[in-house]
Amino acid sequence: MASVFVFVEQDGDRPSNLGLELLAKARTLGEVTVIYLGKGESTNLLGEHGASRVLLADPGSRLPAAPVAAAIAERVTSEKPDLILLGQAYTDRDIAGRLAARLGVGVLSNASDIRLVDGSVETDHEILGGSMIATATSSMGPFIVLIRPKSFVAEAIGGPAPAAETLELPDTGPAEATITGSHAEEREGPQLGEAAVVVSGGRGLGSVEAYGMIEQLAKQLGAATGATRAIVDAGWVPYAKQVGQTGKTVKPDVYIAAGISGAMQHLVGMKDAKTIIAINKDPDAPIFSVADLGVVGDVHKVLPKLIEALSAR
Amino acid sequence: MKVVVCVKQIPDPATPYTLEEGTYWLIRPEAQVLDDGDRYGVEMGLQIAEKNQGTVTLVSMGPSGSGQGIRQALAMGADKAILIEDPSLRGSDALTTARALAAAIEREGFDLVIAGTESTDGYSGVVPQMLAELLGVPALTFATQVEVATGTITIHRQTADGYDLVEATLPAVVAVTAGVVEPRYPTFKGIMDAKKKPIEDPSLVDLGIDASSDQKVASIVDAPSRTGGRKIEDDGEAHLAIVELLEERKVI
Ligand SMILES: Cc1cc2nc3c(=O)[nH]c(=O)nc-3n(C[C@H](O)[C@H](O)[C@H](O)COP(=O)(O)OP(=O)(O)OC[C@H]3O[C@@H](n4cnc5c(N)ncnc54)[C@H](O)[C@@H]3O)c2cc1C
Ligand SMILES: Nc1ncnc2c1ncn2[C@@H]1O[C@H](COP(=O)(O)O)[C@@H](O)[C@H]1O
Repeated sequence: MASVFVFVEQDGDRPSNLGLELLAKARTLGEVTVIYLGKGESTNLLGEHGASRVLLADPGSRLPAAPVAAAIAERVTSEKPDLILLGQAYTDRDIAGRLAARLGVGVLSNASDIRLVDGSVETDHEILGGSMIATATSSMGPFIVLIRPKSFVAEAIGGPAPAAETLELPDTGPAEATITGSHAEEREGPQLGEAAVVVSGGRGLGSVEAYGMIEQLAKQLGAATGATRAIVDAGWVPYAKQVGQTGKTVKPDVYIAAGISGAMQHLVGMKDAKTIIAINKDPDAPIFSVADLGVVGDVHKVLPKLIEALSAR
Repeated sequence: MKVVVCVKQIPDPATPYTLEEGTYWLIRPEAQVLDDGDRYGVEMGLQIAEKNQGTVTLVSMGPSGSGQGIRQALAMGADKAILIEDPSLRGSDALTTARALAAAIEREGFDLVIAGTESTDGYSGVVPQMLAELLGVPALTFATQVEVATGTITIHRQTADGYDLVEATLPAVVAVTAGVVEPRYPTFKGIMDAKKKPIEDPSLVDLGIDASSDQKVASIVDAPSRTGGRKIEDDGEAHLAIVELLEERKVI
């Protein structure tokens, strides 16, 4: 049976959803050891999702990547896992890159599925905005794979509490960095990555003031608000709202895109929504190629009427 | 202060990308442009060098072609460039790329290495972290703000719901996000000067590395595609169709 290491970050007082998604896949591939980053709370949940062992890594205020990568590298040398799974997320990427360089192996980034085949690994990658799927292979293990969020569905299977031990984090000297403070954006309504309904705006809104319509509509629908990179870079909304290749991946029941062209880097982050509604004044905007309902029109006309109709109900 | 900025030349994103038969490697035309995401790194480097009596050296790996993308970055004000080019580096994975860049950077010497968060054509998003490990320094990644003082660097590092303040001593690698600074446009003088600036081209032997990537693309197939549905022209009543669909989906 294959041995699989899975990196899971603690989010609040429990494992992150991304981590639990990875476990849903990992447990079908082999025996699962979780490297759990954080205070080490709710490890039982990791067992319920299929982990048989947990290594607790708590770097405190040290930037995790260098010491955690060094500690995992030591374990890899002594335990020889076949596969190391991480998510396509900030700290995951930092650890994967450093670990790969330490071990002298590659990283398979942005994977949406993974198979172990006769001592090799095969990973699927959505390319060109998800219109094509490339399958990559690598035969030099251990395989380090970064999995995109929402590729698998987290599901508890009721496993027993896993054995837990501390993962000692070595001093990496000049590679160390320190987290000296933390700032969270205020957020109204549900979390973008988990919301059942998402309302997003793009450059077609024309101004930061017009984003107020997105916020109002979201409030009426109990939705999270999202954005394209164009308006994040323009400083209209914080980066935490960005949907797409370099932002969040969302899979809501309904996604409303207002004034968004539908660039491939945006599409990869939202095209798996169950229902997509798009409003754009350009009838040829690529967003319409994925929209269940496309409204060719001006956001400044359609949105106010929509908001009014909803508040009249 | 010695600032090194990693920049990549890529096929113009406005043109359709084509892949080589058999290997599925991206076909790179003679004339490649500077990756837009790297303009932020160049600007950041120039600003830091200007404040700290420093120099900015560009490092790039890939086929030189007309070198237009590198000249673009030199025209912004960088002092010189190092371009690593070798047929055996074709189809390099992130680690091979990072090893080549690290070897050139080590040879050059550095206080600060700046890279982008991900490249537009490859977006493996791990080259800066690999570089940092190979160079034995911290990787301050996903930086939305960068401050350099004597011997130290502090950044805002993006997190899922905001940012962390992260601090380290130099030397270090920093990977910046788009929007971290406003990139300058090259001036006419900048463009003329760039033509005379040196571009070194060390061989793999000079750098003491060899190229070997074990990752391969085995196949590329069409994804099960999502097709567009109904498209309606707003006649003043289109919002009602949205309301109807939201009702149908039980959102309201
Ligand atoms: C490496 C890389 C990573 C990237 N990652 C991301 C990412 O994660 N997420 C992301 O979103 N982008 C990403 N991008 C950027 C992406 O390529 C696009 O530039 C961006 O998504 C465009 O945003 P937009 O749709 O808001 O703007 P535009 O492309 O400018 O589109 C605006 C749209 O609004 C329409 N419009 C204008 N006025 C009106 C009106 N009055 N009423 C209705 N419609 C109107 C226009 O017809 C147009 O279609 C990335 C790019 C790169 C290179
Ligand atoms: N071939 C290359 N030459 C120079 N810099 C590179 C190269 N590949 C990647 N980089 C740097 O690393 C960053 C991340 O790239 P990637 O890991 O390919 O997504 C880029 O924004 C560049 O700054």
